[in-house]
Amino acid sequence: MWWRTVDGNSVWQEMEKMRRQLDRMADNMTFRSVPSFPALNVWSNADGLLVTAEVPGVQPDDLDIAIVNQTLTLSGRREPADLDENARYHRRERGCGEFKRTIELPYRVAADKVEAKFKHGVLTIVLPRVEEEKPRRIQVQAA
Amino acid sequence: MSDETTREFEVEKQMVETPEGVETTRTGRTYVPRIDIVELNEGIRLLADLPGVAENSLDIVLENDQLTIEGFVEVERPSGYELVHTEYGIGNFRRVFKLSDQVDQEKITATIKHGVLQMDMPFASGPRTRKIAVQAAS
Repeated sequence: MWWRTVDGNSVWQEMEKMRRQLDRMADNMTFRSVPSFPALNVWSNADGLLVTAEVPGVQPDDLDIAIVNQTLTLSGRREPADLDENARYHRRERGCGEFKRTIELPYRVAADKVEAKFKHGVLTIVLPRVEEEKPRRIQVQAA
Repeated sequence: MSDETTREFEVEKQMVETPEGVETTRTGRTYVPRIDIVELNEGIRLLADLPGVAENSLDIVLENDQLTIEGFVEVERPSGYELVHTEYGIGNFRRVFKLSDQVDQEKITATIKHGVLQMDMPFASGPRTRKIAVQAAS
């Protein structure tokens, strides 16, 4: 049996370690398994990140992008088709209602410089990295 | 039924299956768009999710009673960026339907907005005797 006499601190440390391991497992899985709606693609360069999402049929006004610390939250809703009560679905594959996606960013972004555009049902969010946190190249000078 | 205001979002895009030994004429992936087909008093309405498809990159062909919807997506790789996390693939869309003779083929209209195609197919005038106007072809 696994038994250890531990003081309060190391119990927390142990739990924290387990939590991190679980997080890592979950992270690895999200790469393979199906994420929640909307699916996101993330692009990166030296200036920051670019996130794209396919959200067809969502009105741009119904999309909400929020950045808190290093977290990007994309929420919104897709209205159901406006039909009279005699309408009868033969097939219904398109989802509707509210959605919310939250992703952790690898670094802080300049929230006031974030730009988003919506074209043909595809959302593109440009997230510039906070200027003072960009990696800087240090020139080595000969003595 | 139309008062249903929420419905779960499917996330995974389904690829078009190509029979073995058959090659596609275009490179790249092709996905099956998610659709709704609704019967209204005046006709059949088809809604299809085609994110990234503009009105001029949409091909709708009606041949006899076969309706083919094809949407071509310009894959815009953001220049200077590197893809670091992928949850969805980008490709064209294609889906084929069989229309019943109840639909007046001359009066079909199609519009696309924010990546959603709406096609309205009015019933041919005269008494309607049969149900189910649109079926997906295999």
